[in-house]
Formats: sequence, structure tokens, C-alpha cells
Amino acid sequence: MQRIGVFVCWCGSNIAGTVDVKAVAEALKAEPGVVYSTDYQYMCSQAGQNLIIDAVKEHNLTGLVICSCSPRMHEATFRKTAAAAGLNPYMVEIANIREQCSWVHKEMPVGTEKAIILGKAAVAKVNLNTPLTPGESPVTKRALVIGGGIAGIQTALDIADAGFPVDIVETKPTIGGKMAQLDKTFPTLDCAACILTPKMVDVAQHEKIRIFSYSEVTDVKGFVGNFDVTIKKKARFVDETKCTGCGDCVDKCPMKKNPNEFNMGMDNRSAIYIPFAQAVPKVATIDAGACTMLKKGKCGLCSKVCGAGAIDYTQKDEFIEEKYGAIVVATGFNPISMDKFDEYAYNQSKDVITSLEFERLTNAAGPTQGKLLRPSDGKHPHKIVFVQCVGSRCAACAEKGKEYCSKICCMYTAKHAMLTRDKYPDTEVYVFYIDVRTPGKNFDEFYRRAVEEYGVNYIKGMVGKIVPEGDVLKVQASDLISNKQLHIDADLVVLAAAIEPDKSARPLATMLTASMDTNDFFTEAHPKLRPVESPTAGVFLSGACQGPKDIPETVSQAGAAASKVIGLLCKDKLTGNPCIASANEMMCNGCSSCERVCPYGAITYSDKEFRMPDRTTQIRRVASVNPAVCQGCGACTVACPSGAMDLRGFANNQIMAEVDAICK
Amino acid sequence: MQKITRDQLITKAVELLSNGTVSAVLGWQKGEFDYDITPAVFTTEEEIKNNFVYNDFCGANFSKYLVAKTKKLEGKILVFLKPCDTYSFNQLLTEHRFDREKVYAVAIGCEGMADVVKLKNKVDGIISIDYKDDAMYVDTLYDGTVKVDYADVLAERCINCKSKKCVAYDELMGEDGEVIDSARFDEVARLEAMTPDERFAFWQNELSRCIRCNACRDACPACTCEKCVFDNPNSGVENKAPANSFEEQMFHIIRAYHVAGRCTDCGECSRVCPQNIPLHLLNRKFIKDINECYGEYQAGAEVGSRAPLVDYTEGDLEPGEVFERGDNNA
Ligand SMILES: Cc1cc2nc3c(=O)[nH]c(=O)nc-3n(C[C@H](O)[C@H](O)[C@H](O)COP(=O)(O)OP(=O)(O)OC[C@H]3O[C@@H](n4cnc5c(N)ncnc54)[C@H](O)[C@@H]3O)c2cc1C
Ligand code: SF4
Ligand code: SF4
Ligand code: SF4
Ligand code: SF4
Repeated sequence: MQRIGVFVCWCGSNIAGTVDVKAVAEALKAEPGVVYSTDYQYMCSQAGQNLIIDAVKEHNLTGLVICSCSPRMHEATFRKTAAAAGLNPYMVEIANIREQCSWVHKEMPVGTEKAIILGKAAVAKVNLNTPLTPGESPVTKRALVIGGGIAGIQTALDIADAGFPVDIVETKPTIGGKMAQLDKTFPTLDCAACILTPKMVDVAQHEKIRIFSYSEVTDVKGFVGNFDVTIKKKARFVDETKCTGCGDCVDKCPMKKNPNEFNMGMDNRSAIYIPFAQAVPKVATIDAGACTMLKKGKCGLCSKVCGAGAIDYTQKDEFIEEKYGAIVVATGFNPISMDKFDEYAYNQSKDVITSLEFERLTNAAGPTQGKLLRPSDGKHPHKIVFVQCVGSRCAACAEKGKEYCSKICCMYTAKHAMLTRDKYPDTEVYVFYIDVRTPGKNFDEFYRRAVEEYGVNYIKGMVGKIVPEGDVLKVQASDLISNKQLHIDADLVVLAAAIEPDKSARPLATMLTASMDTNDFFTEAHPKLRPVESPTAGVFLSGACQGPKDIPETVSQAGAAASKVIGLLCKDKLTGNPCIASANEMMCNGCSSCERVCPYGAITYSDKEFRMPDRTTQIRRVASVNPAVCQGCGACTVACPSGAMDLRGFANNQIMAEVDAICK
Repeated sequence: MQKITRDQLITKAVELLSNGTVSAVLGWQKGEFDYDITPAVFTTEEEIKNNFVYNDFCGANFSKYLVAKTKKLEGKILVFLKPCDTYSFNQLLTEHRFDREKVYAVAIGCEGMADVVKLKNKVDGIISIDYKDDAMYVDTLYDGTVKVDYADVLAERCINCKSKKCVAYDELMGEDGEVIDSARFDEVARLEAMTPDERFAFWQNELSRCIRCNACRDACPACTCEKCVFDNPNSGVENKAPANSFEEQMFHIIRAYHVAGRCTDCGECSRVCPQNIPLHLLNRKFIKDINECYGEYQAGAEVGSRAPLVDYTEGDLEPGEVFERGDNNA
């Protein structure tokens, strides 16, 4: 028989405000096995924990029930307390009387009754608890960073500087991400290339970093400390080890009319290309869809001019398998498509562009060598209208836009408006906004400068319609402050398109069993206390894949993710979770139901001999669980028809006992 | 009446036994009454010639017998499978319940089997049955010879036969058929249209007749667990005889859940139930729901298929949708 102590926490007034904690402690005294029951203001405090330790000693307790907040909050805390008191840490059960009780009820009697029921269930469970010992697993001291934007770059550099090898997998031919496409960056207006390209070079030269560019992760198996990852290196038809990046092939390639992705399709590139001058790795890539040699076997010019002999038309996709201890997701974001926003005439007029296209138009390495010229006729625009929140904060238009605020648009629009006025003072600039949101260090000062020093016309209101007419864009908008309809004949319109996670993020999340929110941003383990960890152990989050972010925030998060990874890789061994499944071979049918549902591939089969009652032996196929791989999700225990599969710490009989206690 | 005859099956069985392909034959023999047929294992030519029977009451699904028999025997066992039995055969293979190498499967075309209960409701005092081309001629104690049309005693599962296609065999006798677009879910739809109270009353009425003989479980080819939860004191749901109506409903609900996604709708459970409880309706409700929620799925149609309930695909229904669907039916 267990000797159980019950400890009811007030959590200040969080619990005690809606639950009569004394009544709960009193009621639970009567439950089977309970020999001691008390309440205290803050059980998790040092004094509260000491109270528990003393009670264990004084009353010879063998099991503890803590009626407090969610186990996600303090289960670990109280397990440590139990260990300090000399108990097995798994002899502790938490009855969540805060999140699942006091916070959802208003009336004291209702809250109290429910708290007692939850306490009874926990007591019923502890009565069946057994001491559990976690196993250990080794840690592969290498990290994988998926995505080579500024987030991935910074994370990789920080981890590598700590001495651990890092691989970066980037789908594009070069690392750099969106930041490589930007011109100047708020709030300090330093040029993106000047601050980014040295970091890209550091990555390229770092002896601990390998870059898999033009590559994708296609499979992830394993678990924290021991991930097995398959990386697909897409065929680029150029031998990376030989190519010197001289660009002779690019000049000679006759297939020059392919939209240049790096310049947002505003100019063309050859079928063989290097995205931009500072690309890392600086290696050419053949666009298989555009190359006539690959399509029809005709041409082969690049191969002739390549002095290094790097061109290889027979190159195939290559699959690489590697082990990692930790994985960082840094897949970033993209502006949403403007196809559904007919009112802004994006598809009707070349002179309606997105902000990212604007970045390229003002960038010295862009299609116009940095001169702000209209895409339609190459003339200087004299009147520019910026529209903020295109598809952001769009609760009513969820089918085409996003409900959330994209966060970076107010600042980069202020930047664009200011830079335009600075370089071309004869240009009239209008910015239409819902609100201007500038909470950040030196951000509001930055925006005020655009208004006060640079004379940008900020108008609160939304643009209703844009109609291309001749060579002007007729902009119809409302000015909410003076309550007037405005008609502006603009030369250029810039849309601050909402941003969304990369489309490859969702399938990647499935591979990683990492969770996402409804917008496909990766979710963090705790929004406040664990913002750079995914709830899946060993998977960390860096940059805009977790939510809209500017560069300063991205870099801080990238560093934070790196420090978490370093903390993990420093360990030689990880203690596992002892709450794992195991099959009772005597009852197992070998039916494979469990193996089919196990999301971690933890279950295997073997043929075993069994002695039968009639003195014969029988060979049966039975399941066994790899304790290092099992995550204790419990899926197998419900799939098993015979009940042979059971989960330690959450055994079928423990759960039934809880249910019985609740239903009694 | 069956197109394949007893003589044809005997010839096949004797041939396979004498040429050493198999060492035993799983077949039928007469029980106490003419309509009362029981499964039997034959190991000699003589036994087969004397005792092997085959007629419209040979409805038993043999696939489940393979689980135990293949473990015991040296060599292969010959099994005769109706089209519906071939689905159970595949499902058992999917679940690794017997060794395929130890079985020689002969699939036999089927014209639909007769239901003993239907016959007994028509005629009293059955002495023997003569199976003629046009009808059964039943010799009775009280009414002399009574002519009974096959169609009038056709089993429910055969009226609503889902498939005459044989999906697994080493050898096929007779003609292979097609998957049938049957009306097997009509009755389920009728139950779904009821109010919850009506539906409860319907099942209360049916299930209250259950005597917990366990015949349904014992005959079910999906129920082959080494240790059934109802026999296992540690399972928390062990009970051999229900103490009250709640427990007897729990038995059926648990059993229906255990076979959900694995039941091939072979109809054995309803056939063997001495209380004539329409157990197939519970199973068909699950099958219908699975089809509607996850796309058409037929357990046993092929070996190794991933049943929707133990498989995850990105397009799967969200739990919330399932919940709402339940509500709408209420
Ligand atoms: C128009 C505009 C102007 C901006 N101006 C500023 C500014 O002035 N100042 C500022 O602070 N911020 C600015 N930003 C924000 C800035 O761009 C972001 O904060 C930053 O780029 C986020 O970095 P990231 O690495 O998280 O994402 P990204 O830059 O999007 O990088 C993600 C990388 O991951 C790769 N990737 C995606 N999916 C996969 C996959 N499945 N496998 C492998 N690789 C993958 C992508 O190819 C990409 O290289 C601006 C943004 C826009 C749109
Ligand atoms: S609990 Fe079962 S299903 Fe879940 S990981 Fe462990 S073995 Fe796999
Ligand atoms: S589901 Fe149960 S019976 Fe089937 S193989 Fe797994 S443990 Fe064994
Ligand atoms: S539940 Fe009934 S119909 Fe389904 S496989 Fe078992 S016996 Fe056949
Ligand atoms: S066969 Fe019929 S009576 Fe027997 S246990 Fe099953 S349902 Fe009950």
C-alpha cells in the first residue's frame, strides 16, 4: 500500500481565488492511501518544496500528489523535489487545478468540487505508480540548420564558433535568403550586402561548416541527440568542387531570356547562372527547364567555355545520409502572392510592384543598377503611392490575406519612402496605412524622421482601387482623418505584401513532427519561456519561420537557438524519458497494428519460441519497442487490440483508475 | 444451389492430399442434423470420401482456423474459401496471424449460402434436405416433402453480398466474380436517421437478448488475439458473463471498436449468434463511417494495406470535424 501525501497549492489567488484549497486538502485525506494532506500558498517556492520534503520524511510518504498548475509548468520542479526527498521522481502526480479548473470556473463551489475530483483521480493513479528509471542515449555532436537566410547563417556561425560541426541545407543555389535581396536596412540604413556578405564569407570559410546548397531535407528519423537525416542534393549540372565562379559560362549561354528570380523577375538571366555576385557558394547552376542541352541535347556551349571543366550534363540528384544531434529550422518567409488582389491591379500593370521588388529596383546590383525607374517605360516616377497592410491584418478577407500583422512592413515602407525622398527630392510620396506600428529600438524615431524631415505624406486610410489609365495609375483612396475620398494619379504603386512562411515548411514540420500554428508558422515550446525551442525535443527555431521578424529580432533569436543547441551538444549523454511503451509478449499477436501507428518507427518484430500448456513449443511473432526511439506518445497502446502494449507511467490500468475515480 | 459440387471438391482434396501438396484438408462434415454443418480437418482419403459434405449450409468462414491449424501441422493445409472468406484470409495475413507458406488456398465461386434460421421459420421438423437445381426439397416429420426456393432462405449477408471476387488463392475453382455495389449500408442509414432515443431503444432491445456465449467473438476472423481482453483479468474490462445491461452493451461496443477497420464484413458474427442479434449493423456502421471520413476502404482487399484508422495522411479529417459529424447525426 502506498503512503500518499497530498499538497494543495494556492498559487497566490490564482487557484485559491476560485477553489477552496482547505476543503480540497480535507476531502482528499479520505482517499485510499492518503496519509497526509495540506495546503500552501506557493508550493513551487523554496519554502513550499521544503514543506514537501519534510512531510515525506516525517510521514514516510511513498507517493506525492501535487494539486497545482499544469504539469507542463512544474512537473519537472516537483519531480526534483521528490528526488531531493529520497523518492523516485516518478512517484509524483500533478492534479492540474489551475489551467483546467480555477482558470476556467468562476464559482467557488464548482471549482472546489472539480478540484477534489481531479485530486481523487491523481491519488488513484499514484496508488498504481511504480518507480521508473530513465535510460540514456548518446548525442551526435553535429547540428543541422535548415534554411540559409540570415537566421540560418547566424545560428550556424554561433554553433560552429563553439566548436561543433554544422551543416546548412539551403534549397536555393546560394545562401543569403531575403536579406541578400534587400538594399538598405532599417533602422540604421546600413546596406544589407555590406553587413550580410561578410557573414556569408565567414560561413563559406568556416572549417566547421558545410553548406549543402540547392538541397533539401527529404527524410528525418530518430530523436533528440540522434536524428538520421536524408538530404537531397539536387543536380545543378556543375561540379561544385571544380567551378571557380568565373561566370564565363553565364556570358556565353545563348538561352538568356529566363526570368531572374533574384531580381523578382524584373530582368532576365541565362539558363546557367550565378544568382548574384556575392553568392555563396559561388558556383554556377543550370536551370534544367531552360537549358537546351539538357532538354534536347543541343548546345553544350558552357561546357566548351568552362576552363575548369566543371560542367556535367549527366549529373544526378544525390542523396546524403547524415546523423545530427540537433536540428534548427530557419526556413524563413515569403511575401504572399498578389494574384487575388485584383483591386490593386498588380497583374494589370507593371508599375504596381511589391516592396521586395522595390528593394531590387533601388539596389545597385538590381535590374536598374539602383536607379529608381518604372518597370513599364524606364522613366523616373514622380509620384509614388505606398500601400501598407496589403493582405495583413485582414480578418475579413482570410481567403486571400492573413489575419496577423506582418510586423515588418511599417518599418520598411518608412524606409522606402525616406530613401526615395532623400535620393529624389522632386518625388511626391504617399503612404496609406491603417496604423503605423513602430515598437522597437529607434523605430519610432525613424518613422518620425520620414514624416518630419523627409516630408512623406502619411495618410490614414486604405486604398480602395487602382486603375491603370494611359501611363498613370489612378489611385482611389479614403483619408479617414479628414474624411475625404482621394484621387491620386501615381506613376508607381508599391504594395507592402503580407508575409507568410515558406510553403515547404508544412511538409518539413511533418517530417520533424514539429508543430505549427494555423498559419504554418512553427510553434514554440512555450511562447514566453521557451521561444526558440519547438515542442519536439532537439528541434529549434530560428528566424521568420516562427513568426514575422525583422533582422535584429531574427539575429537575436538565431543566437538564442544556437545557444540552446550548444547546450545540448555539450552533453555526452541524454537521459531519456522512462515513460515509454513495452509489449507483453505473452499477449502480443504480432499483428503490426502498433508498428503501423508508431510515428517514430520505434517498434520492430522478432520470432520467439513459447512453451505451450501441452508441452509443445510454438513460434510467434512478437513486438518489441526500442527504448531509445520511443517517445512515449501512447499511440501504440490504443491501437493494440489485445492490450499487450502498455505505456510506463501511463499504464492502461492507471488511466482506467483515474477514469473510475472521476466517474465514481 | 452451389455450382461447384461436393464431388468436385472431394476430387480436388484427394488429388492434393495424395500428391503430397497438402497434409491436411479443412472442410465440412455433417453435424447432428442435415442443415447443421460443422468444420472438420481431414487427413486421409477415406475420411474425405465418407464424411466430406458441401452444400448451401457450408457458410462457415475457414480463414480463422488457419491461425491455430498452421501452428500445429507439419506441411501445408488445404483450405476452401468463399469469395468473402478470401478477404478475411488477406486481413489475417496483413496482421501476420499465420504463415502463408503453410496454406494451399482454393477459392470457390459462391452462389450465396442459406440461412438455417430462415429455413426453420418456414418448415418444421426437418429430417433431410435434397438440393435440386430449382429448389431445396425438404423432407419433414409433419408435412412430407416441402419445396423451398433458394431465394427465400438466402442469408442476409448473401443478399447484401459485397463481392463475388476472390482476392486470394493458389487455385480458383469455378468462376471469379466482381465487387458488388450492394445495398449493405441501407439498414445502417435507417438507424442513423433515428433519434438517439429511438436508436438506443433499438440496440437495447437487440443487445438485451445477448447471453454472452461469446460465439460472435469466437467465430470472428478479426478476433484472433492470443489473449482476448474479455478473458484477461488485467485488462480492466474482463467479463465472462454480463452482470447488467451496461456491461453487455460495453462488450459489444468494445468488440466493435476492436474490429473497426479490420472487420471485412464477412458476416460470421451475425450468422453464429444464437440470439440472432444483427451484429453486422454495428460493424457496418464503422465501415460506412470510415468510407465517408477517409475514403472507400475494404479491409482484406489486399495484403498489407494501411487501414485508415491506423494510418495518418495529411488530408485526414480533423478530430473537430468528426465531432461535428457526430452531433449532426444526433
Ligand atoms: C521588402 C522587405 C524589406 C525588408 N527590410 C528590412 C529592413 O530594412 N530591416 C530589417 O531588419 N528587416 C527587413 N526585412 C525583414 C528581413 O528580410 C527578415 O527579417 C529576414 O530576412 C528573416 O530572415 P530568415 O533567415 O528568417 O528568413 P529568409 O530570409 O526568408 O531565409 C530563409 C532561407 O531558407 C531557405 N529555405 C526555405 N525553405 C527551405 C527548406 N525547406 N529547405 C532548405 N532551405 C529552405 C530559403 O531559400 C531562404 O534562403 C525586410 C523584408 C522585406 C520583405
Ligand atoms: S508510445 Fe508506442 S507509438 Fe508512441 S513512440 Fe513509443 S512505441 Fe511508438
Ligand atoms: S498491436 Fe498489440 S498485439 Fe499487435 S503487434 Fe503490437 S503489441 Fe502485439
Ligand atoms: S466482426 Fe463479424 S463480420 Fe466482421 S470480420 Fe468479425 S465475424 Fe466477420
Ligand atoms: S454470439 Fe450473440 S449471444 Fe453470443 S455473445 Fe455474441 S452477440 Fe451475444
